[in-house]
Amino acid sequence: MTVSILHRATGNAMAFGAVVLFLWWLIAAATGPEAYALFMTVATSWVGLVVGVGLTWVFFQHMMSGIRHLVMDTGQAFDLATSKTFATMTMVGSVLLTALTWAAIIFGKGI
Amino acid sequence: MAEFSLPANSKISSAGKRYPAPAGAKNVKAFKIYRWNPDDGANPRYDTYELDIDDTGPMVLDALIKIKSEVDSTLTFRRSCREGICGSCSMNIDGTNTLACTQAICDIKGEVRITPLPHMEVVKDLVPDFKHFYAQYASIKPWLQTVTPAPSGEERVQSVEERAKLDGLYECILCACCSTSCPSYWWNSDKFLGPAILLQAYRWLADSRDEMTGERLDALEDPFRLYRCHTIMNCSNVCPKGLNPAKAIAEIKIMMVERAG
Repeated sequence: MTVSILHRATGNAMAFGAVVLFLWWLIAAATGPEAYALFMTVATSWVGLVVGVGLTWVFFQHMMSGIRHLVMDTGQAFDLATSKTFATMTMVGSVLLTALTWAAIIFGKGI
Repeated sequence: MAEFSLPANSKISSAGKRYPAPAGAKNVKAFKIYRWNPDDGANPRYDTYELDIDDTGPMVLDALIKIKSEVDSTLTFRRSCREGICGSCSMNIDGTNTLACTQAICDIKGEVRITPLPHMEVVKDLVPDFKHFYAQYASIKPWLQTVTPAPSGEERVQSVEERAKLDGLYECILCACCSTSCPSYWWNSDKFLGPAILLQAYRWLADSRDEMTGERLDALEDPFRLYRCHTIMNCSNVCPKGLNPAKAIAEIKIMMVERAG
């Protein structure tokens, strides 16, 4: 049940939260250098970093539980133990992928 | 539609009574039980009954029967077979839907909280109203449907393999523990059939002797009746018979895809 709730919550976070940020970025880019600079200031501040890491996790969690749903839609992994292990793996996987992504961003380029 | 708070007349009042353990009891266990009487106009409450476990049978149903026989005869609940085959005594025990007759008292830590099955209308105390649940069961036509004439002088035979496809399905006792643990069923039980009924629907779809597979699938092909299942898995986690309704529902969805080609 936990992963099912996470799947919905992360889906909504992306559908509403991430879309608003994406639109802000697009509008800022279209408006001009000052608006874009303001976006970049916020995006690269610690608040932006927290939101960025959060949305990265949200993305990976939704993707991992989405893959779980895809596999279960083929009738696999319904055995209780397998289903629970799989559910735990989606959470472990999403945290690992988030960590890897941000390690690549931070150590790869500097921030 | 989703309801996240109880209506005013369903909120649990703090007016519950406490029935202390008999004098000299050594091994005392408290049973906190949901009480609601449709006739007195009062809100539901929790009454707490203390029992001497050394003097009670091993299962929660034994405790309920002891309370009704010896402490408070107004306590109302369903029970029949007391061995997990009739499905009458399904209720929410310590936060989990299960059968009172197969739930050992010693497996529950501390106070034993007992409420009716969640999100069902209550008739009285621990008795939920199954009218709608049974109507949904009737809607899937839970009997063998054929068009070919019955073979002369013999039954409609099945191979061992065909019969094996019904294992894990025929054992369902329709106790509704699964359906009433399902969030999709909580929010949409007016239209969604729920895990118990869908497992039963698959029991007939999987039957090699049944000849109405197409019509049965037609009846289920609906955004609500079948597809409100989002593989949350509460049903399979909770089934007191160890069945897997979620898997049965997935099999129906696969049949839908396969017949679409």
